Amino acid sequence: MSDHESTYVPKTGIEKWLDTRLPIVRFGADYLALPTPRNLNYWYTFGAILMVCLVIQIATGVVLAMHYVPNTEMAFASVERIMRDVNGGDIIRYTHANGASMFFIAVYIHMLRGLYYGSYKAPREMIWIVGCLIFFLLIATAFLGYVLPWGQMSYWGAEVITNLVGAIPVIGEPILIWLRGGPAIDNATLNRFFSLHYLLPFVIAGCVVLHLWALHTAGQNNPVGILIPKERQKKDTLPFHPYYTVKDGFVLIVFFMLFSVFVFFMPNALGHADNSIPANPLVTPAHIVPEWYMLPFYAILRAIPDKFGGVLAMFGAIGVLFILPWLDTSKVRSMRYRPTMRTFFILFVIVGIVLGWCGAQLPDAPVIGTFKTFILIDGDLNSYLWLTRFATLYYFAFFLIIMPLVGLRERPLPIPATISEPVLDGSFAMNAAVMAQAEKKG
Amino acid sequence: MAEDQGDPHNPDPNRRDFIHIAAGAAAVGAGAMLAWPLINSMNPAADTLALASIEFDMTKVQEGQQIVIKWQGKPVFVRYRTPRELQEAVATPLSALKDPQADADRVKEGHSKYLVVLGNCTHLGCIPTFGTGDFGGWFCPCHGSHYDTSGRIRKGPAPKNLVVPEYAYLSDTRIKIG
Repeated sequence: MSDHESTYVPKTGIEKWLDTRLPIVRFGADYLALPTPRNLNYWYTFGAILMVCLVIQIATGVVLAMHYVPNTEMAFASVERIMRDVNGGDIIRYTHANGASMFFIAVYIHMLRGLYYGSYKAPREMIWIVGCLIFFLLIATAFLGYVLPWGQMSYWGAEVITNLVGAIPVIGEPILIWLRGGPAIDNATLNRFFSLHYLLPFVIAGCVVLHLWALHTAGQNNPVGILIPKERQKKDTLPFHPYYTVKDGFVLIVFFMLFSVFVFFMPNALGHADNSIPANPLVTPAHIVPEWYMLPFYAILRAIPDKFGGVLAMFGAIGVLFILPWLDTSKVRSMRYRPTMRTFFILFVIVGIVLGWCGAQLPDAPVIGTFKTFILIDGDLNSYLWLTRFATLYYFAFFLIIMPLVGLRERPLPIPATISEPVLDGSFAMNAAVMAQAEKKG
Repeated sequence: MAEDQGDPHNPDPNRRDFIHIAAGAAAVGAGAMLAWPLINSMNPAADTLALASIEFDMTKVQEGQQIVIKWQGKPVFVRYRTPRELQEAVATPLSALKDPQADADRVKEGHSKYLVVLGNCTHLGCIPTFGTGDFGGWFCPCHGSHYDTSGRIRKGPAPKNLVVPEYAYLSDTRIKIG
C-alpha cells in the first residue's frame, strides 16, 4: 500500500505540462488506484462519511456566518432571522445543527471500529493519535458552536465548561478570566468563541490530511487485522476506485437518508427547548444538560465528588485514548480472534451508552423504581450517581487494567495467514481450487 | 580557521554550535514577544474593567427575601435573613462545614441580618435557587450543591462557600460593591 508505485500516465498535453510542474492529477490518480484490502466491511465506510460531514459543516457554516451577528445583543435575534427571513436559512441551520450530531454518530462508530479491529496497533499508532486529536478538536468546535445562538443552554453551557478551567489550582482563576475576556461570560467571550469556531474546522481539515497521510504510509488495516504480505498484495487488495468509491457512495446515500429524517422531519429532536430562550445571566435553567454526544464525558465529570478531580477524570477519559496503542499488550489486532477481549469490548460499548444515559439524568434520581436502598458514602445506591460511578470505573478499567492484562493472559484464536483464508475455509487445497474458479468467473 | 567548521566527531560545542543555539534562543524569544500582545489582548479590556463597582439600597430587600443584582456580569445575592435563618447560620458548628468559616466573618459588623454573596455556585457557576435544598439556603440545580443560610457549602460537589464580594456600607442602608 505504502510502496505502491504510480501507474498514472499523463495523456493530454496539459496533463503532461502539469505533471512536471504540479503533479496534482497524478496525486489524485494514485489516490484512486490505491491498493485497498479486499475484505473491508461496512464499518470501514465511516471515514468517507466523516469526510463528507466535515465538508457539509464547513459549507453550511460559512454561509451561516454571512448572516449571523456575534454580539450578545444581536446574536439570538440574528439566529431567529436566519430561521425566519433568510432564504432557506432554516434548512441551512438545521443541516448545520443536526450535521454536528451526524458527525458525532459517525465519529463514535469510526473510533469503535478502530478499537475493535485493533487499528491503533503498530505500525498505525500515528493514525490513531491524530484521530484522537481530531476527536478532541471536534468536541471543542461543537462546544464553541453551541454557544453562538446565545440561548439559555448556550450561555450556561459556556459558563459550566469554562468553569472547568477555573478548577485548576492557583492558575485556574487568571486563565479563566483570560479565556472569557472578563469576569463573566459576555460579549468578549461570544466574539472569541465565534472566531475560534470558524478557525477550528480548518485545523481539523489539516489534521485530516495528516490522518490520511499516516494511513497511506502505514497501510490500511482490515477486519482480519493482519498485514498483507508483499507477495499477496495483488491477490488481497483492490484498487480504491471503483471498488470502495462505490461502497462508500452507497453508504453515503443511506447516511443521507438518516440525516434527512432529522433535518426535515425532526430537526429539534436532538436539541433543547431551553435554547429557544435568550441567554439570561441571572437565571439558570432548571436542568442543564449538554448535547447528547458529550453526555458520557459529562457523566464522568459528575461522578467524581471533587471539583478538580472531576475535571481531571473528564479530560482523562479522552486523554487515555491517546496512549491506547501502548496499553494494549496483545499482538493480535482484530478482536475477531480475541474472544475474551471481544466480550469486554461489547461491555465497553454498553457502558458507554449507559454513561450517556446517566449524563442526561439528575444525579440523585433513582434508577429503578422510586424506592430508596441505602446511603453509600454520599448518595443512595439506587441513584444515577452510583450507576455513573460504576460505569466510570469500568470505562477507565477497560483501558488501564483489562487491556494490558487480557493481552498478556488470553489465548487468542488461530490467526489466518492471509485475508482470503477465513473466507475460503482455511484449507489450502480448497483455497486454491475456489480461487481458480473465482478467477475464471471474474 | 578549520576548527570553526565544526568537526562532527568532536562532541565539544564549538563557536558554530554556539551561534546556532544563540540564534535559536533569540528566535524563540522574539516569537514569544510577538505572541504576547496577541495573548494579552484576550484579557479583560479597559471598558470591561471599568464596570468595577455598583451601589445598592438595602431597604429594597424585605425580610426573608433576597434580591439579585448584576455586578460585573455576575449575579449578586442580597439576602435579608429572618432571625431564625440567622440563628441557624450562627449556631452551626465549624466542624460541620466543608469550607469552615464563621457566619460573623461573612457579614459586616452590625449588619449581620444582611448577607451579600456572589450568586454563582462555586462548582461550575450555575445560579443556585433561593430558599431550597437541605439547609434552607440555596440549592444548585446543575449538580446538586446545597448551601446553608450563610451561603456556606454543606453538601454536593462545590468545593467552596459562596464568595462574599468586596463591599462596604456607605451609610446604614447603602452598600457599595467592588
